[in-house]
Amino acid sequence: MQEIWANIIRYFDNNMDAYFAMLRQHIGISLRVLIISTIIGLSTGILCVIFKKQQKWIITLFQTLRIIPSLAILVLSIRFLGIGMGPAIAALTFLAIPPILMNTVAGLEKVSLFVLETAKGMGMTPLQVWLKVRLPLAFPMILAGIKTATVEIVASATIAALIGAGGLGQIIFQGLSTRQTELLLIGGISVAIMSLGAVLPLNLLDRFLQRYRNI
Amino acid sequence: MSKNTPVAIEYQNVHKRFGGANCNAVDGVDLSINEGEFITILGSSGSGKTTLLKMTNRLLDPDSGNIVLFGENIRDVSPVQVRRRIGYVIQQVGLMPHMTVAQNIAIVPKLLRWDKKRIDSRVNELTALVGLEPSEFLIRYPAQLSGGQQQRIGLARALAVDPKIMLLDEPFGAIDAINRLNLQDELKRIHGGLKKTFLFVTHDINEALKLGTRVIVMNEGKVCQFDTPRNIVKNPADGFVESLIHSCREQEKFWEGLI
Ligand SMILES: Nc1ncnc2c1ncn2[C@@H]1O[C@H](COP(=O)(O)OP(=O)(O)OP(=O)(O)O)[C@@H](O)[C@H]1O
Ligand SMILES: [Mg+2]
Repeated sequence: MQEIWANIIRYFDNNMDAYFAMLRQHIGISLRVLIISTIIGLSTGILCVIFKKQQKWIITLFQTLRIIPSLAILVLSIRFLGIGMGPAIAALTFLAIPPILMNTVAGLEKVSLFVLETAKGMGMTPLQVWLKVRLPLAFPMILAGIKTATVEIVASATIAALIGAGGLGQIIFQGLSTRQTELLLIGGISVAIMSLGAVLPLNLLDRFLQRYRNI
Repeated sequence: MSKNTPVAIEYQNVHKRFGGANCNAVDGVDLSINEGEFITILGSSGSGKTTLLKMTNRLLDPDSGNIVLFGENIRDVSPVQVRRRIGYVIQQVGLMPHMTVAQNIAIVPKLLRWDKKRIDSRVNELTALVGLEPSEFLIRYPAQLSGGQQQRIGLARALAVDPKIMLLDEPFGAIDAINRLNLQDELKRIHGGLKKTFLFVTHDINEALKLGTRVIVMNEGKVCQFDTPRNIVKNPADGFVESLIHSCREQEKFWEGLI
């Protein structure tokens, strides 16, 4: 145990710069994926609610995609997209869209019909009903989807190292191949802390947005 | 009502059938309402009262017939414009859960781009008007109000921009008997002072007869009778109206039996 601790300290002594470079890469990939998947998931969700007829098959499609393990998607993406940052982002985006999409649809459909009807009855235009009423009321649920996606992205971005996208996964895979436990620990714990660090502000935002409920 | 009072609302042979239904929800309603009248609407559940109100502010459009507000056929006015001119209180209240009481009342003034000072003073005034203390209630969210308080705020919100026509769909459903009497008086005062035209749906016959300058009795989408409370009680037009009055009388007898 003491030996591992000493190794960890030694690692940081020698590799501080490399570590932070990987950390930055990891955050960079995760953020990009989060932004892209939020844009796609949110807008697809809104379209699903507007065009009810198409909703079923779109949701089924994404639900099926969700079942495929992330590793499989990454490996498949090597086949079809090659290696590097681009394919990693594409593959991770596929993973992150479903939770955001599902929650967007669920949140928007949950808004009470009476509330929508009074909004309309007061003379809001359809766009105003969406922006002032429907989206704000659905937002906590959409945010929950984004949270789920964030955790998934940060964790799965580890595997992205496999296809040459860099990130903290590199430490872990290096640790696996050289049987250096301390590297596994450093990588694993860093990823866990990063997940928490990402979810924490989202939780605060959630608390703030839902203040009208928790009173 | 004097002869030269302008006509506020005119229903011209209005029909509405919902998809899948095998009879009309509103079936040939044809009547005109003068400015300043307080019309109460009675009728059994499903008789088309809500449908009639919703057609009046274009939440629904009739299949045939016309609705004319102050001489203007509402088919020719955009739904959004029609709705901003009409106050609407719905059966289920429908306050915006993510907005405070003050924000709820301010919705339509904001849509009409009133300045902030004017909105604030109007919001205060209305909250007091419906019998709630502004300093206490304005910062609350709807979840922090009782059902009756929510209905009061719903009423205040509908009155916000002083619309000439108010549609009230069972606005006092969740209010206890004592406060209900108070609110009825308030509503009568609000109406009388402001030259407004009210359409007020209720299931309470006493309420309808007490508040209405004229009463519409509906059954199965048709208007059975449209007359003053006195005439409705004195000369019920058909069996349905008669049974309605009768049920009310029965209740009275029950009361007398208790004393
Ligand atoms: N959106 C709708 N789609 C299909 N049918 C509807 C719809 N809205 C109302 N109806 C039907 O139209 C008829 C009239 O309904 P309406 O809501 O106007 O009744 P109401 O007189 O307001 O009843 P209540 O006193 O119970 O509120 C009913 O038979 C109802 O089932
Ligand atoms: Mg109704």
